[in-house]
Amino acid sequence: MAKLKMTGRIISQEMISPDIYSMWLSAPEIAGQAAPGQFISLYCEDSGRILPRPISICEIDKEKGALRIVYRIAGEGTREFSQKQPGGTMDILGPLGNGFPMEETKGKRVFLMGGGIGIPPMLETAKQCLGEATAIAGYRDQNVFLKEEFEKAGKFVIATEDGSVGTRGNVMDAIRENHLEADLIFACGPAPMLRAIKAYAQEQDIPCYISMEERMACGIGACLACVCKSKEVDAHSQVHNKRICKDGPVFLSTEVEL
Amino acid sequence: MNMKVKIGGVEFKNPVMTASGTFGSGAEYSEFVDLNKLGAVVTKGVADVPWPGNPTPRIAEVHSGMMNAIGLQNPGVEVFCKRDIPYLQQFDTKVIVNVCGHAPEEYLAVVERLAQEPVDMLEINISCPNVNANFLAFGQDPKHVEELTAQIKKIAKQPVIMKLTPNVTDIAEIAKAAEAGGADAVSLINTLTGMKIDVNRRTFALANKTGGVSGPCVKPIAVRMVYQAAQAVKIPVIGMGGIQNAEDALEFILAGACAVAVGTANFINPYATLEIIDGIRDYMEKNQIEDIYELIGAVK
Repeated sequence: MAKLKMTGRIISQEMISPDIYSMWLSAPEIAGQAAPGQFISLYCEDSGRILPRPISICEIDKEKGALRIVYRIAGEGTREFSQKQPGGTMDILGPLGNGFPMEETKGKRVFLMGGGIGIPPMLETAKQCLGEATAIAGYRDQNVFLKEEFEKAGKFVIATEDGSVGTRGNVMDAIRENHLEADLIFACGPAPMLRAIKAYAQEQDIPCYISMEERMACGIGACLACVCKSKEVDAHSQVHNKRICKDGPVFLSTEVEL
Repeated sequence: MNMKVKIGGVEFKNPVMTASGTFGSGAEYSEFVDLNKLGAVVTKGVADVPWPGNPTPRIAEVHSGMMNAIGLQNPGVEVFCKRDIPYLQQFDTKVIVNVCGHAPEEYLAVVERLAQEPVDMLEINISCPNVNANFLAFGQDPKHVEELTAQIKKIAKQPVIMKLTPNVTDIAEIAKAAEAGGADAVSLINTLTGMKIDVNRRTFALANKTGGVSGPCVKPIAVRMVYQAAQAVKIPVIGMGGIQNAEDALEFILAGACAVAVGTANFINPYATLEIIDGIRDYMEKNQIEDIYELIGAVK
């Protein structure tokens, strides 16, 4: 099996928070191969919007051959997605990217840290964690989403910027306030959050894997649009660039510049 | 039925190629496309040394198209010869290496390095809008185009395609200059220079400020230019610019293109090249066209 483009059927779609939607898609060929931290690219029906939208995988149900995505309306493309109804279809390319190295979680205390729309991919990661997982999610305000699912998957800690739920502040504040410790970190979220987590991991001397994002075109490593800066000269590019869609989106925090 | 075309003495099994920069060196798309079925793989541009390319964001979507300012990131010709050429040699398709540079010496160094390599043709990119604003003038000046073409032809061991920019007043004049310099073929169009402004962030959508516009929105301009170039020169013209399906490809062929290249459409549909080959074959069957040459330049 390999990546493929296929038409998936929409099983369900609901708004779970303002501008945040949850969609289950039946796509057995992709779901059967998908792993935590990977993403799919979804095509718009409006042919004027030619590029597929990369969206992280939130949950994988291999038995049903289904994938869940939780996404934010960020523009006209994702707005189009949000208006689709169960029974409808979507063209999907996937599974894309490398995903989190789940085998490394064995016997470890693992932080699964997500910020904003970086929270959803941490859910499947929590479900498949082989160690002792603590999911730590940073939201803006009381509009928290995926809370029940995370609580079912293990220990769950919340931070909100306005302090309305859990720790006031960000995911780093939540670690400090709750005196949490880990041997390994997986994280996904905005660059400032990833920078803080990278610094924390270096200070604690623990490995940290971060999931990056950038504007993408092909999604499979050919067009070189979505690069990030690498610390060392990358073997494929021969320069200090790594392809987020192909070499990532998950990188060891010390191998990339943020 | 004949779908074979001949360009610069090289025979292609069909007239469908990949457009440089959209297909890497084929490895990534080989998960979707049987490269053996393509007329040719045209590689991402390669320079004498590795190039880091531009800062991100490097792409933005525009209505029915996209803009890119990758900045010709490439691993340099040495690694390319050791890694990418042997990879492509496994397949029964023609290999066209796109060559880029900032100045004539750099192009010549790459062309010289490729002389002993098993590649079928060279495509010289004198038209990237994203690399060096001063140098862009190079591909826009017929005198420089003719000179560089002649210099390259002197040392090249493979037939040479000059890839032209559409950012000119008179494409016929530039195509003629390439022909006068001894080019075996011309390919066009490269991307059109554009700009997009993000009104929410109140800044440019691309870090490079400007970028090359491609995709379905540029197709009518590309067809017009391919027609004008084909009218102006006797050497073969390879057409590209917004080709998404067989009908689009046939427009270029009827306008005078001997072959076509598929670029941005690969991002829209990774199977696009194969679907276009099948679609051209279906069209020929349906219209009882025995030879693709009956279609090339049939619309005067």
